[in-house]
Amino acid sequence: MSVTSVMTTTRRIGRQRRLATGLVITVVVALIAIIGPWLAPYGETEIVGKPFTMEGSWLGTDYLGQDVWSRVLAGGGSILVISVLATALGMVLGIVIGVVAAYSGGWLDEAIMRLNDVALAFPQILLALLVLTAVDQPAAWMIVLLVGFSHAPRVARVARGVALGIVSRDFVHSAEALGESRLRVIVAEVLPNMNAPLLAEAGLRLTYSIGMVAGIGFLGFAANPGAADWGQMINENRLALLVQPWGVLAPVIVIGIFTVGTNLMADGIAQLAGRGDR
Amino acid sequence: MTDLVTQEQVTETPVSAPARTGSAWLKWFARRFGLAVLTLWLCSVLVFFATAALGDPVRAILGKDYASSPERAAALAAELHLDRPVVIRYLEWLGGLLTGNLGNSVANGLPVGELVGDRIVNSAVLVIVAAIVMIPVAFGIAMVSANNRGKRTDGVIQIVMITLAGLPEFVVGILLVALFSTTVLHVLPAVTIAGGGAPPWSAPGSMILPVLTLVIAVAPYVARIVRSSLLEVLDSDYVELARLKGVPERVVMRKHALLNAIVPGIQVIALQLAWLAGGIVIVEYLFSYPGIGASLVDSVRNSDFPMVQVLAMVIAAVYVAVNLVADVLSILFTPRARTAITS
Repeated sequence: MSVTSVMTTTRRIGRQRRLATGLVITVVVALIAIIGPWLAPYGETEIVGKPFTMEGSWLGTDYLGQDVWSRVLAGGGSILVISVLATALGMVLGIVIGVVAAYSGGWLDEAIMRLNDVALAFPQILLALLVLTAVDQPAAWMIVLLVGFSHAPRVARVARGVALGIVSRDFVHSAEALGESRLRVIVAEVLPNMNAPLLAEAGLRLTYSIGMVAGIGFLGFAANPGAADWGQMINENRLALLVQPWGVLAPVIVIGIFTVGTNLMADGIAQLAGRGDR
Repeated sequence: MTDLVTQEQVTETPVSAPARTGSAWLKWFARRFGLAVLTLWLCSVLVFFATAALGDPVRAILGKDYASSPERAAALAAELHLDRPVVIRYLEWLGGLLTGNLGNSVANGLPVGELVGDRIVNSAVLVIVAAIVMIPVAFGIAMVSANNRGKRTDGVIQIVMITLAGLPEFVVGILLVALFSTTVLHVLPAVTIAGGGAPPWSAPGSMILPVLTLVIAVAPYVARIVRSSLLEVLDSDYVELARLKGVPERVVMRKHALLNAIVPGIQVIALQLAWLAGGIVIVEYLFSYPGIGASLVDSVRNSDFPMVQVLAMVIAAVYVAVNLVADVLSILFTPRARTAITS
């Protein structure tokens, strides 16, 4: 990318208020999640007072008497990492499925997309829960796989739709006429032209990933019981919402701000990509 | 937190004029229905193998007792017929599912059919009430928004909708609970209280927050789609012509725009209804609402395979059925919309 095009891109992002706002919110929350553990006044599992009181730092204590503020600072890392990895996995899988379907066409396309419809018949959280039934204690990589796989059919639909508009264009035909291999045509001609809509989809998937990963923790299936984790914190302190609301509200509010940020970002990208006036 | 997947079935199926004649219509429906059944069957394969073939059910059910009591593990394995090949177990399970023999819950030994019956009704009521509230709200917001396109009102509505659309449903639910029942105000019950097996709607107050949560989770998507289809129609030539003829803007909106937004509206509402079938998992758990969602979470925690399998199939069946109905309705509505748009 040349200097001028970098400048125009920055200017376009600047003019796109939604994208800019979303980006700032996302970066701030991600930074809190990353450097939070070093800013925490108390240890993640350090008992600082009686349970569900306003002892400890400004947000009080949780169900074991641990410091809520310290756990909020310490508990974002796992959600951030799992969500980002799950999003990446879901995007890669979905794009492969969608592009292969669009590029091959015919019965293969039909078969792939029908199977895809089957996976779509399950709400995403249900797919994850199904597998968790058979698992005694989920590990973090398992949640990455489950959330990632549950994204794939949805991404595949979008990727196929975008790719369909490209595979019939002239430059793809000319590449084929030049005798390029199918794989090379996909990698060199089709994929680079799918950037913008897929970037918007990735932002949307990240939003859902965060919601799902936190939701799984909220339902009590987090990977690491006892460790600080925004989703899990809600579950731990839920019954004391009346007595000590901050144990629940603090993680809820951070998760909410995070997903609003990523969603605004996705929306801004979609607008830039010109997918209609939304 | 919902998913917006564009509905392809409709655009894929030919909706040319002959489709309106009897036999072509019947053929289309038979094909579409067959596809729905095929999808459902593949769902059953997925459900069974995701729950029964992965992992070790006996170990998951017994947890810590697994190592200490091998005889219980053996008894449980025999009860679940784990000695037989997985394909045979699948066929037996499918046969049971089709004949209404759903097996017994592993957690308490009661027949699954008995345990889920009432809960399906409870969840259906919750979803239907949420849909009844959501549809007029979403259409209303979309109309206000489209009427004020580009103005401040529209901008504010757009920002609010995007913000709400980003929030996971449990975040919405907990914030509502904090706002209305525990922390700020104390006007609504935070959990569903219906003692002694009475249906949850016998205490209507306790249904307000679950319904509100679902509405907030879904309405933004519907409102957005309806708004953009309204705008599309309002920009079309025939609406321009109606305006030039002196038809008042209100009538244009009601008679021309709204009617033509029905088809995309049906599609997105169907998607959202299907989504609600999954969204109730977290919402019911949050509000202890006695429906299949809360039941599913408990069953997953107890590794209650027979329950999880049946509940998952119920949710998948709802999704498939709602999509089928939506496709049929769209086809029924489309010829008018098409002639309207092309003329």
